[in-house]
Amino acid sequence: MRESRLAMFLLVLPALAVVLALFVYPLAMSAVSSVTDKAGATTLDNFAKAWELYREDVIFTLLIVAVSTAFIGALSAGIGGYLVLGESRRAIAALRWLYRWPLFIPFIVAAQCMRTFLAKNGLMNNAFDTLGLIDVQNAVGFLDWRGIIVTFVWKQTPFVALIVAGAMASLDRSTIEAARNLGASRIRILLEIVLPQVSSAMIVGLTLSFVTMLSVLSVPIMISGGAPTMITVDMAFRINSYSDYGVANALGLISYAMTAIAAWAYLRSNAAKRGMA
Amino acid sequence: MRSALATILRGSGLGAVAFVVFGPITNLALWAFAVQWYFPYKLPVVWGFKYWYEVFKPRSDAWESLSTSVLIALFTVAACLVLAVPAGYAIARGRLPWRGGILLAFLLPQAIPSIAVYFNVARIFYGVGLNGTIAGVVLVHTVHGLVFAVWIAAAAFAAVDRELELAARNVGASALRSFLTVTLPLAAPGIMASVIFVFLESLDEFTGTYFVGVPDVTTLPLLMFTASVAGNYQIAAITALILLVPSVGFMLFIERFLKADVLAKVGG
Repeated sequence: MRESRLAMFLLVLPALAVVLALFVYPLAMSAVSSVTDKAGATTLDNFAKAWELYREDVIFTLLIVAVSTAFIGALSAGIGGYLVLGESRRAIAALRWLYRWPLFIPFIVAAQCMRTFLAKNGLMNNAFDTLGLIDVQNAVGFLDWRGIIVTFVWKQTPFVALIVAGAMASLDRSTIEAARNLGASRIRILLEIVLPQVSSAMIVGLTLSFVTMLSVLSVPIMISGGAPTMITVDMAFRINSYSDYGVANALGLISYAMTAIAAWAYLRSNAAKRGMA
Repeated sequence: MRSALATILRGSGLGAVAFVVFGPITNLALWAFAVQWYFPYKLPVVWGFKYWYEVFKPRSDAWESLSTSVLIALFTVAACLVLAVPAGYAIARGRLPWRGGILLAFLLPQAIPSIAVYFNVARIFYGVGLNGTIAGVVLVHTVHGLVFAVWIAAAAFAAVDRELELAARNVGASALRSFLTVTLPLAAPGIMASVIFVFLESLDEFTGTYFVGVPDVTTLPLLMFTASVAGNYQIAAITALILLVPSVGFMLFIERFLKADVLAKVGG
């Protein structure tokens, strides 16, 4: 028995060693480097400097990711809800076919698509102009914080919607039918019966997507060049222009802290659910 | 009357979704075939394949970075398979010490923002001469791919009935032989799905390559980024379309490989 446990552990060891050496070790290195100055002494100067230079960007990043997550949650609830509660089979089939497309499109391609689509004279403004909704001569482009949010929501909604729709499809339909027979509206069934039962799937999807958005460098660079920008861009700038690992790693630690908040929200919702059960 | 109104509402709703989903992709495709396109024209002024010749001419940057990208993706798939098949088997067949902690370690690269990790990896690689090499980029992609590879392989092995394996052992097959002739073939569709995920992740990866690959390794996403930032929208659009081909192709086929019984075991 003991030999077998050892054999199993040896089978996992190579993969584990790669993750430890090339992910966990650099992760620890970034934590150490963020509190070390160039001479090697322990200091909080890097955080002070990061806060002084990039305070606006830190807040801006948090806002962009939070707003995007809220939109992604609302839209995927709507998509999943329509797939479960919709009345027209053809419309459900069409929506199921439509919504998934951005899922496998790389972030960098999504960014290039949006860079042209959301520009002042991009396809979006031109289409609205043709419909007579706006005059493209006086229109504005959306290549700023709004463009970053649009790109994130466009790219990540299918991912969360896929997870949420999967969870909704495996729900027990009898409560839904019962509520429907009692005359509850579809919105009410979605909000009061369906969503509470899929909340853990929704939160897993939103947490993964929150982390992904905090790691993406191409979208903020390509969509919005100017300040304020996201801290991913600031980190790349500190490294490429100044080789300033201290401040870059301090910003890195701030991004881990943002993730920790998301993880804490996830664990708390899990604990609350266990408390109820 | 009411149902006619519902049909109109439904139709315009779906139309709006279609516009949001396909509008950005359409704009990209238009740029790929635009030779001249300037304000205030709503469509390209001169259409043509001029930039396609430029991208696909012999010994162009695009060919070179395409072959670099595919080479890196193939090495990454090979490295992930070698590491993930034994690891996934051990996780699926249990009796593993610290199983929860090990599963968590494989999840970390997806659960923590990776950009700060990438430039610290680049710093380590700089010290050992791996910066700007294919091997360095493959290593970075492998770590990221291992999440999918290990979790999906573990789920695929867990879905294989243990009795079949024991039956092979009972009639005298060695452990290795029963694994190679019974377990592995049965888990193959799931493993294939993880191969596809890893290949796509590697092909599309930007941030890690951006820090570790410079200045010598230019993959397709890096070429696209450079073209886009330089304002060369036609080259960027054509390169982006090349990147879209495998993504969309695999999206249409992935469901054949990733069966529901395997999906149900992911994370179990």
